[in-house]
Amino acid sequence: MKIRKDIAQRKRTDKVFSLVGLIATLVGIVTLLALMIDLAWDGTARLNWNFFTAFPSRFPDKAGILSAWVGTGVVMFVTALAAVPMGVAAGVYLEEYAPKNVMTTLIEINIANLAGVPSIVYGLMALGLFVYKFQFGMSILTAGLTLALLILPIVIMATREAIRTIPGSIREAAFAVGATKWQMIRHHILPYSAGGILTGVIIGLSRAIGESAPLITIGALTFIAFLPASPFTGTFPFLSFEWLKSPYTVLPIQAFNWVSRPQKAFHLNAAAAGLTLMAMTLAMNGAAIWIRYRFRKRIKW
Amino acid sequence: MVETLNVSPDVLAGAAVKARVQDLSFYYGTHRVLKNITLSVAEKKVTALIGPSGCGKTTLLRCFNRMHDLYPGNRYDGGGIRLLPENTNILGADVDPIEVRMRISMVFQKANPFPKTVFENVAYGLRVRGDLKKSDINERVEQALRGAALWDEVKDRLHSLGANLSGGQQQRLCIARALVTDPEIILFDEPTSALDPIATGKVEELVAELKTRVTILIVTHNMQQAARVSDFTGFMYIGELAEFDRTEKIFTNPSNKLTEDYITGRFG
Repeated sequence: MKIRKDIAQRKRTDKVFSLVGLIATLVGIVTLLALMIDLAWDGTARLNWNFFTAFPSRFPDKAGILSAWVGTGVVMFVTALAAVPMGVAAGVYLEEYAPKNVMTTLIEINIANLAGVPSIVYGLMALGLFVYKFQFGMSILTAGLTLALLILPIVIMATREAIRTIPGSIREAAFAVGATKWQMIRHHILPYSAGGILTGVIIGLSRAIGESAPLITIGALTFIAFLPASPFTGTFPFLSFEWLKSPYTVLPIQAFNWVSRPQKAFHLNAAAAGLTLMAMTLAMNGAAIWIRYRFRKRIKW
Repeated sequence: MVETLNVSPDVLAGAAVKARVQDLSFYYGTHRVLKNITLSVAEKKVTALIGPSGCGKTTLLRCFNRMHDLYPGNRYDGGGIRLLPENTNILGADVDPIEVRMRISMVFQKANPFPKTVFENVAYGLRVRGDLKKSDINERVEQALRGAALWDEVKDRLHSLGANLSGGQQQRLCIARALVTDPEIILFDEPTSALDPIATGKVEELVAELKTRVTILIVTHNMQQAARVSDFTGFMYIGELAEFDRTEKIFTNPSNKLTEDYITGRFG
């Protein structure tokens, strides 16, 4: 039976590939799992209330990550505040308004390339621009803007992808009742692509949260024992932006600082900080999945 | 070259003219899709455009609300489309397409409700105009839904998603959306091609009912549909209007051999 032999032969190839694929998948998952288990093994013991509420210290068992997680939080806040409006506006412009010409194509290629530029390059650029030229100093503002530039291409591309999934018939329907372009974008394009855009924003932020290289070049501190000034004040106008100028540290830098110490006890602290960072990242990714799910459920074409 | 008949005044048989297409040509880039179309659309009547695929009937329809302006490389040429009684050329450079679309609305081939509620789908034409009171919007949405013979089916779920309706209901929802702004003309682009026979019947009944209030221009692939719903029919062939006449004349005694071949199913 030549046919059967032939089929059996082809099916064997099928099996071989599925096995190769499975192994490739496992390599990724097992590595990640091993990493997490190792971190948890070392770090869990250090995860107590004191660890989250104490400043760093030269005594490993008294040291905490208060300044680091607050720093990470506020820097991410500034990053999101800068990257989201800029990225979404740029994405909408490129998708909806930009004429299809050589200039636009050049801009598009550039944005795609920017996404692949090593983060240290952003740090060097920010050192020259934000720290020296604009005199923002080694501040939360500088860090937030630098990371915003870093994730801007991700936000722009996510925005464009999300906009492209909206069918042309929906645009035409809006135009057909007399909507202007901006009304069409405001009432249709933005709400229907919001899920995709938010997902992209969170993916961008979870990349930014783990960055340390660009922040080291622009002067993040490795030891800091105070928090930024409060944004709320007791006197008029009750809001203060002093905190933007404050020095800071972030979780990855704190972890790096501890891991480079000779004492073993500090290495446990580093593991605990790493664990915290990972939990924050996973929580953000989970939020991205949840948001995408919610929006998809509401929108049917 | 197809023999093109000029529209003699008696074709409209005393009906008032709502729009006059004058020697209209249309280009996609350098490709000339419509060639010197001249046609009159009778007020509060149904005018059907029929013809084989690619003859330009949808292209002609989309000239009426300047849909072509949304895409680069499109160009109108010739005498334009004059809207009566005030005789403005709606293809004129001085006329904003948005103004045209506020006066002439459209129902598309495939129902395309917004992913919003039934109510918001209909209200959208009013929302883009702004400055309307909430009570006015409520009232006009209800009127439009009644006009589209959909009110009784959706009045209890005005705030559920339009996409949850059946295909035929969705298309009538789109008709309500086109109706809510009291347009002077409604364009139908093969509105039943994605519907089953029962839903098709309902849309056809609706078209017949709507013509007491509004001028209707309908493109259809289905010749029986043109015969059933329209008062006047234009037969288009390769970008030209091969024949335009009263519907009964077109379907019983066409003057053009091509028309006869098409309606008897010899081609197309």
